[in-house]
Amino acid sequence: MGYKGTLHREHPIRSMGKSSLTRNQRGTRMKHIISIRDLDRPFIDNIINQAARIASHRVTSDPLNDKILALLFFEPSTRTRMSFEAAMARLGGTSVSVGSIEASSMAKGETLADTIRVVSGYADAIVLRHPKEGAARLASEFASVPVINAGDGAGQHPSQTLLDLYTIKQSLPLDGIDVGLIGDLRYGRTAHSLAYALSLYRSRIHVISPAGLELPQALTGELRERGTEVIEHEDIGEVIRDLDVLYVTRIQRERFPDSASYFDVASSYKITPELLTGVRPHLIVLHPLPRVDEIDPAVDELPYARYFEQSKNGVPVRMAMLREVLQ
Amino acid sequence: MTDHKRPSEGLLISPIRSGTVIDHITAGEALNVLRIIGITGTTAESVSVATNVSSGKMGRKDIVKIENRELIKEEMDRISLIAPDVSINIIRDFKVFSKNGVERPKFLIGVVKCPNPGCISNANEPIESRFEVLPNGLHCMYCDWLITTDITGHMI
Repeated sequence: MGYKGTLHREHPIRSMGKSSLTRNQRGTRMKHIISIRDLDRPFIDNIINQAARIASHRVTSDPLNDKILALLFFEPSTRTRMSFEAAMARLGGTSVSVGSIEASSMAKGETLADTIRVVSGYADAIVLRHPKEGAARLASEFASVPVINAGDGAGQHPSQTLLDLYTIKQSLPLDGIDVGLIGDLRYGRTAHSLAYALSLYRSRIHVISPAGLELPQALTGELRERGTEVIEHEDIGEVIRDLDVLYVTRIQRERFPDSASYFDVASSYKITPELLTGVRPHLIVLHPLPRVDEIDPAVDELPYARYFEQSKNGVPVRMAMLREVLQ
Repeated sequence: MTDHKRPSEGLLISPIRSGTVIDHITAGEALNVLRIIGITGTTAESVSVATNVSSGKMGRKDIVKIENRELIKEEMDRISLIAPDVSINIIRDFKVFSKNGVERPKFLIGVVKCPNPGCISNANEPIESRFEVLPNGLHCMYCDWLITTDITGHMI
């Protein structure tokens, strides 16, 4: 009888799997940045160090002045898109982009695979944001140029994680620190990727989230298997004085049945100057932004607030990523 | 005919002259094993099924006997996805002709459908689903979804 599909003992396709390296038809090795899960510690450390060098000395020459970057954003984004464009411009390169999914041939029914093949002919690298999870992995299999994932649905967004790590590294070591993740840890992809990356650095992870929005069990299990201590807390007050980093994520109103229950939860997870009294002097508070009510604006003036710095760090980190894949 | 257990020793289903005996199936998975190899009520094979019989090795297990059909290696390896401990005996003229363990594949291409509606493998793209076989389930190599239950129900 006929069976659907095939079973394999080894990667049946050269570009598949956890590797972020593929070869194009000419046999040239390409480096993609698709998922934080593909990246090992030396790679991450290298990006962080390169970003630090870029930020301190600025780039004097234009190392990418003959390169073109294609920005394919099939989902709304302002800061990720702008910071990739800014990063490419600072390296002397040029960006070309498709306006929106409505303005592209995707609207005519073209597959992502075909779009990627076509755009590979126009540019030296592709930055992709797409609503479907796994879209960037697919793109890396069809592209003949490197692909950087700028967010695939609820999936991965590695450049955000790299800039989060870089911001922590600006003032703290990444090894053995206590990092608190607070907010919507169930749907918050930035928190997932950061937790996964931190497991490469033997940091302790403290999680504080409303009922129903906890870190997914599968991820908690995986982190623990990787030797990371994950500690759950009922209340931010019980742990905040033991933290080196507090990573705040947005609690989305649409996750709650009515506004009253949202405001109830949101107010008990709000970071205020009072909450921050008596914390470790070097504590840093991060947020991937945009924030709504999670952090009281009065916190902005405190030395702990690093979220605007974090957002600004998007440029040197993305410059380091672009140099890594394009040079 | 010498290796038969007498009824008093717990023989539940009779021996077959030729065909396949699938033993040490994870308890409760016998019907899913049949689904995997395409045996439904409307196919021609004579099939005996014993579920939740006691087993020294496994506590409880299921057994399936299929007359006049010898499973091929591909079918055996598919069974390993839901019953990794099975032993599969090919029977010819009441004798065990060959004993086979199963090898769990490492990767599945186009075998199961990703349950995540947001996964790119469910969109209209020229790719087949891709899963990595892990000890705790099947891992989608596009969206990282992990299938831990009802693997048979997700088979394409």
